[in-house]
Amino acid sequence: MISTEQNIDKRLIAILEQVSDPEIPVLSIMDMGVVRSAVIEDDIVNVEITPTYSGCPAMDVIGDDIKKALKDAGYQSNIDLILHPAWTTDWITPRGRKALEDYGIAAPLDAEADKDVLLNGKRIVKCTNCGSQNTRLVSQFGSTACKAQFQCDDCQEPFDYFKCLK
Amino acid sequence: MKNGNLYNYILGIADNSLILGQRMGELCGHGPSLETDIACTNISLDLFGQVRSYFQYASKIAGDGRTEDDIAMLRKERDYKNVLLVEQPNTDFAYTLGRQFLFDVYHLAFLKELQKSTDLTLSAIANKCVKEVSYHERFSSDWVKRLGDGTDESKEKMQTAINDLWTYTDELFHQTEADKTMVAEGIGVDVTKLKDSYYREVSQILEEATLQVPESKYFQKGGKQGIHTEHLGYILAELQYMQRAYPNMEW
Repeated sequence: MISTEQNIDKRLIAILEQVSDPEIPVLSIMDMGVVRSAVIEDDIVNVEITPTYSGCPAMDVIGDDIKKALKDAGYQSNIDLILHPAWTTDWITPRGRKALEDYGIAAPLDAEADKDVLLNGKRIVKCTNCGSQNTRLVSQFGSTACKAQFQCDDCQEPFDYFKCLK
Repeated sequence: MKNGNLYNYILGIADNSLILGQRMGELCGHGPSLETDIACTNISLDLFGQVRSYFQYASKIAGDGRTEDDIAMLRKERDYKNVLLVEQPNTDFAYTLGRQFLFDVYHLAFLKELQKSTDLTLSAIANKCVKEVSYHERFSSDWVKRLGDGTDESKEKMQTAINDLWTYTDELFHQTEADKTMVAEGIGVDVTKLKDSYYREVSQILEEATLQVPESKYFQKGGKQGIHTEHLGYILAELQYMQRAYPNMEW
């Protein structure tokens, strides 16, 4: 049985929280939900991470950064990339969502609303600059695989929206 | 090789994504607008990511030291088993999107079935890919509708592309020997069963796009057996150049 629960040793949380997504530096990998387990066995830390998108080039960097952070804290580690269960934007924590918004990236809506926005042009994504919902989709694909491009029709701010992945 | 059928089966799936990813990657910096350029290269990146998962698994099955890079970049043309559709050139934007659309509708239906595979690695990869490919399918079918139901010129170009590419669609539903064995073992997807709903769905979108559904019954085949159109050699020349010129190079 594969669990969707995280299994992370309490002693490692503070260390792992220092590691951030290289493409979204305000977001720690813990708030991103990509660390699925981190356990200490015989003084070696075994970490399992799951990719956000298959081709996300950040995953290799994240793996290296975790190794380095653990090494600085005195731990040897093994990093495994697991594919199942597949990552979903639901695993981004509330703190992570706030960090995204503060950074200028609109946080993912739920699956239904996401569909309305990306397929039916519904205006509900909040502008990260002025908060207006008078925003429109510029392109379904943005600066990285996980984002879409939007523009606010009130303040004209262009911004990214983190697509819902479920 | 023990598990030779599984190995060949995985390569058959992955090569489609690899070659299509390479084709879409050609548009990097050459897309018709910034947004579409970024979209095409994002799709390319998704496909390459998927390929890595498949080839990492294939390398484990081969168990003879072959790495994912060896499998991707050091085979000869005849050993690539992608369908002819995905190697067709980026003649113009209508061809690029038409090819993507005709493949995406198939790809999405295929992955939905592969999720049910009794092979846990393949079903996990499919679970991951199906989310990404639903975005691709939305994007490409949206563009087919936009160009088909656009100006006289865009309509004509979209229709020409669909008419030309149509001849490569039937091959998607041909079974190889590896396919048959894998279907029998509950690992593989029976592609013959996807055919009717594929043509129904494609026809429906073409009609929405105010385009004619091609009636031609003449179809090309051969890619799944390694017999390719003249285009694949050029793709491989670019894909393999670095590994051939500087063996074992890494980033």
